[in-house]
Parts: sequence; C-alpha cells; structure tokens
Amino acid sequence: MEQTVLSVRNLTTSFARDGLWQPVVRNLSFDIRPRETLAIVGESGSGKSVTALSIMRLLPPTNSRIAGSINLMGRDLLRLPDEEMRRIRGNEVAMIFQEPMTSLNPVLPVGFQIVEALMLHRGLTRVEAEAETVRLFDKVRIPAAKSRLGEYPHRFSGGMRQRVMIAMALACKPKLLIADEPTTALDVTIQAQTLELIKTLQAEEGMSVLFITHDMGVVAEIADRMLVMYHGDVVETGETAEVFRNPCKPYTRALLSAVPQLGSMTGRERPMRFPVVDIKTGEADTPVETPDTIAQADRPVLEVRGLTTRFDIRSGILRKPAGCVHAVENVSFSVQPGETLSLVGESGCGKSTTGRSILRLIEPRAGTILVEGTNILSSSARALSEARKKMQMIFQDPFASLNPRIKVGNAIAEPFLVNRMGTRAQARDKVADLLVRVGLKPEMASRYPHEFSGGQRQRICIARALAVEPKLIIADEAVSALDVSIKAQVVNLMLDLQASLGLAYLFISHDMAVVERLSHRVAVMYLGEMVEIGPRAAVFGNPQHPYTKRLLSAVPVPDPARRRMARSISNAEIKSPVRRLDYIPPVREYREVSAGHLVQSWGEEWAA
Amino acid sequence: MQSSTHASATEMAPATSPEPERVGSAWGLFLRHHGPMVFGALVLALIVAAALLAPWLGTTDPQKLAPAARLKLPSAQYWFGTDALGRELYSRVLYGGRVSLLVGFSVAALAMFGGLVLGLLTGFFRQLDAVLMRVLEAFMAIPAILLAIALIALTRASVENVIIALAIAETPRVTRLVRAVVLTLREQTYVEAAIAIGTPPMLILLRHIAPNALAPLIVQGTFICGSAIISESILSFIGAGTPPSVPTWGSIISEGRSYFQLFPNIIFFPAVFLSLTVLSINLIGDGLRDLLDPRLSREL
Repeated sequence: MEQTVLSVRNLTTSFARDGLWQPVVRNLSFDIRPRETLAIVGESGSGKSVTALSIMRLLPPTNSRIAGSINLMGRDLLRLPDEEMRRIRGNEVAMIFQEPMTSLNPVLPVGFQIVEALMLHRGLTRVEAEAETVRLFDKVRIPAAKSRLGEYPHRFSGGMRQRVMIAMALACKPKLLIADEPTTALDVTIQAQTLELIKTLQAEEGMSVLFITHDMGVVAEIADRMLVMYHGDVVETGETAEVFRNPCKPYTRALLSAVPQLGSMTGRERPMRFPVVDIKTGEADTPVETPDTIAQADRPVLEVRGLTTRFDIRSGILRKPAGCVHAVENVSFSVQPGETLSLVGESGCGKSTTGRSILRLIEPRAGTILVEGTNILSSSARALSEARKKMQMIFQDPFASLNPRIKVGNAIAEPFLVNRMGTRAQARDKVADLLVRVGLKPEMASRYPHEFSGGQRQRICIARALAVEPKLIIADEAVSALDVSIKAQVVNLMLDLQASLGLAYLFISHDMAVVERLSHRVAVMYLGEMVEIGPRAAVFGNPQHPYTKRLLSAVPVPDPARRRMARSISNAEIKSPVRRLDYIPPVREYREVSAGHLVQSWGEEWAA
Repeated sequence: MQSSTHASATEMAPATSPEPERVGSAWGLFLRHHGPMVFGALVLALIVAAALLAPWLGTTDPQKLAPAARLKLPSAQYWFGTDALGRELYSRVLYGGRVSLLVGFSVAALAMFGGLVLGLLTGFFRQLDAVLMRVLEAFMAIPAILLAIALIALTRASVENVIIALAIAETPRVTRLVRAVVLTLREQTYVEAAIAIGTPPMLILLRHIAPNALAPLIVQGTFICGSAIISESILSFIGAGTPPSVPTWGSIISEGRSYFQLFPNIIFFPAVFLSLTVLSINLIGDGLRDLLDPRLSREL
C-alpha cells in the first residue's frame, strides 16, 4: 500500500463574519492516493474553494481559523512555520485557478514569468530555465512554444493562458495539483481540450489531482473518486462511477437529476421541464413535455433580416480605424409567439451582440428588425420605446443587473411606471402579483437585492421584465451563472411562464444541454455568422455544419461510463472576428436539409 | 403556480449550524477598525462646538485693542496671551475658527455640488464631455491657490468671495472624480437594464447613477474641506483673503510672524487648532472611505 499523498482529517474552517466565527467547512476528511484524481463537487457556498485555500493556507489569518489536520506525505501543513509552508506551495502542491485572464501578470512576457519561477524554486540558471520553459510549453501543447515565450499574456486566448498556468504549476514537478474550477471560465471546446490535457499530464507526471468544480459533467470526465459537499458538510463520497450509478443521499440524487444532459431529449418534440427532486427525501417527479405554446398562424413576434453589427477598432494618436470587429454579419431569423429560439455559440461568436442589437442597446450597421411588424431600426424614439415594451431582456449576471441601492419592489415597478402604464398603487399590486408569479413572496418587495440569492435575483429580473407585459424576452445567458439545481428551477419557471403567458424567448446561451431542454428551434452562430438553424430535434439529432458537430461533441457527458477514451487533443483556438478594413464578407449560401433546417455551405477551411 | 412550491427546495434551505462563537463585542470591533475616525469626529466636534459657543466660553471682543497689554505670553488672565495690538488671542482663535470652518464646509459643499452636477453630465452625455472637460482642464492647469488669488483680485475681498473662489478652484477636480465613477457605473448591467426597460436618461442618472457615485464624493468632500481651510489660511496669510476686520486662523498667524522668535504663542495656538481640524477631517475622510467601500465593509 503506497502512502497517501494528502490526508485531511476533521478540517473545520471558520470565518469571522458580523463578529461571529462562522464555520464554512465542517469536519471534512478525505485522502488522495498517488496518481488519483479526487473531485470536490458542490454548489456555490458549499465550501469547496475554501477547502482548497485551507490546504494551501492561503486564507487571511486575521479573520479565518483552520482546525483539524492536513497531512501532506507525513507532514502536518497546519503546524508548519510560514517559511516552510512557502516552500511547499509551488514545489509540492501547485494550484491553478478559475480566472486565467487575471492570474498572469499582464506587463511581463509569459515565458519570463515561468523562467522566474524556475530560477527561484529550482535554482536553475537563466539558460537552463529557458530550456526547461520551452519543454514545459511543449508539454502543455502550446503550439510554436519557442516563439511564444517572449509574448505578453494579452496575445494568448483564455484556453492558452490556462495552459500557461498549468505549465507554471508543473514547473516544480508537484506531487499534488489543486485545480479550482480551472475550466469554468472557458468555452466548451476549450474546456474539453483542457480537461484532456490535465488527464494526459497526470498520467505522464504521475501526480495526484484535487479537482474542484460545480459541473457534474466535468466530474464524470475526469475524477476517479468524488466528494459531494453541501453548506460546508460532506454529503457523500465514493468512486465516481459508483456515485453516479447509485447515489445514496437525496442531495446527490437531486444534484444529479438537475444536471442537464445532452441527448436526453432525443425523440421528443417540445421542450421539457427538469425533474424536481426533493433534497430531503430524494424523490423525483416525472417531468412532462410542455404544452404546445407556438402560435404558428400568427405573424412572427420578431423578424430579423440581414442584421449586421460591426465595431471599429481605432488605434494610434489620431484614432484612425485600424480594423473592424464583424460581431454580427448578415443574420436573419424570426421568432413566433410562444416559441423559444436559442442562439448558441462560443465566446466572440456574436450571440450577445445580436440580442443587444435587437433591443438597440447597440446600434446595428444594417438590417431590419421587425417587432410585430414595426421596423424599430428606422422608427422614432417614441416608436422605439413602444417596441421595447414588447420585448424585454434578462441578463447573465443577476448580481450586476439589479441596482444595489434600490429595493426590489421599486426595481420591478420601474418599467411599469416609466412607461406610464398605471398609478403607483397599481404598480404596487402589479409587483405583488409578479413576485408570486416568479415564485417569491409579495412581502419581499421591501428588501434590497443583496438579501437574495443568485437564483432569487434572477427571478426578480424575470419579474421586472414581465412588468410591461412583453411578448418576447431576450434571455442573454440568463441561467449560465446559476448553480445546477437553481438553473433547473429557473428554466422550469421560464417554461411555466411561456405556457401561461404565451411568451416567446430568444434564449442566448453557450450551454448546449440547457438549450436542448428548452428550445423549439436552435440557431448556431460562429464568428458573427449563422451557420445552422433549424428545429431543435433536427439540429441536435442531425447536425450538418462541422462547427455544430464540434460544439456538440465537446460537451462533457455526466456519465462516467461513457467517458470518452483518449480523444486526440485538438489545439484549435477559437478564431477572432476581427478583420482588416478592406475585408468584404463572403456571400453565404444556405441549403435546406429538411423542413426549416438550414445549413450554411462551408468552405475548405472546414475540410479536415 | 407550480414553481412557487419547489422554489424553496435548495434556494431557501436554512443553514443548520450550532451556535457560532463570538469574535468580540460589536462596539469593540467597530472601535478597533474605525478608531481613528471616531477620534477625528470627537476632535472636530469639540473644535466646532468651541467656535460656535465662543461667546459663552469666557471670551472677550476679539477686536478690542488694549495697547497696555500688548505682546503677553499665556497667563491665567490671557490664556493664549495677546498679540501686538493687545488683542486677546484666546478669543481671536475661537472666533477665527468660525470663519475657517465656515469656509471649509461651504467650499466642500459647493465644490461637491458643482462637481456632482458637472461630473454626472460629462460622464453620461459624451457629446458634452469633449467640450466641458477641456474647459475644466484649462482651469486645472492653473494651481488652485493662484486661481483663487486671481479671482479674489477681480472682486472685493470678503468671506463670500473667498468661498466662491476656492469652490471654483476645487470643482474641476471633483468633476473628474465623479466623471470617472459615472463612466464605470454607466457600463453596469443595471444601467443597461434600465435603458432596455425604457427609463429616460435623466431618470437613469438620478436613480441609478447618482446614488452610487455619492460614496466616493463624500470622501472627496472631507479632503476638500481640509484643504479649503488651509487654502483660506494661506490667502489670509498673504493678505489676499478675508478683510482684516475678520480674524481667521490664517490672518492671526500672518500677523504674528514678525514676533515669532520672542512670542511664538501668537502663531502656536492658531496653528494647533488649524492642524487639529485638518487632521481630524482627514481621519474622518479615511474612515468614511473604508466604511463606505462595500468591499472593505464585508470584512468583520
């Protein structure tokens, strides 16, 4: 029996908050064996990141207390003097973080940042360190490693930066790698590459990995064993395959059933609610398909034709245009009343810009946008505000989209009052009614946004959008920032509202599994252009465009049994829609695969 | 409504935890973290009270000349001594505080108001920004004290004119601060949400942007208050400020400088009051900055 690498016993971490020691992790115990990957899974506030920071002793000592024992190969980390702890960090335990954009110093070349670490930690000379850095870059599969050493972080994409962070973590051949949500900020195709890389490197280096994530799909892909946390307590621990096949605890069952699963909708026509699981008993209800909400015969609530939005990039002292971001290029679609059209794609594909252009939060360059027949691009300010009453927007970040200094009741009443739809007394009744509709209580109107959780705030944002009785809601990544179980609840709420109010949704998301669950039709965007659009079943069941195929195959599958064995690591980065000024977008042709399923004809860049 | 029943599933699950241990008493913690601010507030309150209640604190007429009792060191009769004209310094310092504090607070209030209005407008309406900011930058190119001297030279020396001149000199800096805050606030999602809702621009400014810009403005206000008191003293010291009939800390120091080597008390007492006032106002400003910053206020 080999010695365990890390052995944590009765770890309790408390924070001083409001003058009290509040435990955020209680009595946590686990072991990590050599070459093993343990995943800690939990929703926000479950204490998973605090656990990682406790192990590294990176919490501020003035307002945190760590009790218990953390044993790294025979040494209790909690009893080491600071000096020795510093030597352990980086040398024996390395850590990578969620935000690759902020973990590199922007004013130093990436190569230098690793060379520096090597010289400091391993006592190499500059020449040796540079050679070693090239080796590390090759190891993390950064293309053209040697030539990229001298480049600054802004020249690297998010995925490439995360590779640099991994290279830096590997620099001192650590025994244990702690990865705190390393792929959460990355796009799906990049996430798949990064996970694959971590797995490969683990096998090559023989290190153990403590992987912290909220994503069950990622756990199924990577972990040998898993540990589920809830509000600072361990709920369940065991072999990943075993826990997925046979979860013992109601909370684990609830969590697993709320995970959107790609392919679960095969053979179904209409969107379907997520099953609701009681976290006390673990019993689930059987979800049913939603009723048919689409009014096919009516005029589309939204028709977009040839929408084009570009941004100039200016540079130099005279701020001359140097290039142009073709954020949205000749995009056309329509949405029927009661229908959900999803816009999917990865970061930079122009899906959010499309949503904002439709509301004219960004001025489009060209195209027509008809809202119930009125072209809002050519209409007066008054007609625009009339049109905006018919469509509303829900934003991604429920924390940023509510003014922290305004009570939620007043926030919900604002659209009602500024559009002069009634008196203050009527607004109060409306607010109470809307709060009930979105599953909150009327008396919550007098509270401030910070008193609500993320999911509740998103409900408030939905209530605010509903205040003007719109026909169409543009939901820009509306559930992406939410925990899985909350995400499922908000999606269910949106489906219920669609059924009862006949709302149409333009659902903008990168989360393919959620999109599959709630859309009637799906449009795939790539580099500002629409590459495929069609009924959900057709796009997911019979994807035609190579990009759609790549996107679908990259989605992690929350089923350890179907773990994709040793995929070849593609190093393809997401291309950028920044073009030279003289760029003329090619004329695209679309062919109809089946009824309503249109695919852009692709060129030889996709030939491989 | 089906969702209302299960919304409580995990979102509203109560955190079951045993009674947590106390770190310390709430007041003790507040004092530990904001002690300097409390100290500053106490000192400032004492000085303001002394200036306002001067007639009842054993003072005499600060302008009364007593040639027989000129240039006295502090004693039981003359607590702070007397100046070259035999005027009693204790009374002069207390009454002088009235003018200094009035100038400090008025300048801060005027500059904050002017800066808030201009900053909101330039930050939010980008077309205005290009023109207005160039004008303000021209003002900023001239040192504040020189600008104030020039403005007073154009008018008659009086307390009101000193206040107006100093406020004009301070306003561009406040404008820049507010404008910077507005520029970041207008990118916030809730402002975008308000535009999408159809809220008119003026209402967005008043409802969503101005309240969130107040915290840094108040902090800046305290620093302006402190520096205005000093500027007023400088103006009085060089004789460009308030008319000689009104004692201020600056003018007392100015008049005492020829006798400094033999009678340091003439300068010492107004200088101590001046320093203490500015120090306490700055302590309050520092404390407010910590208190109003939501990122810092979460700690303990």
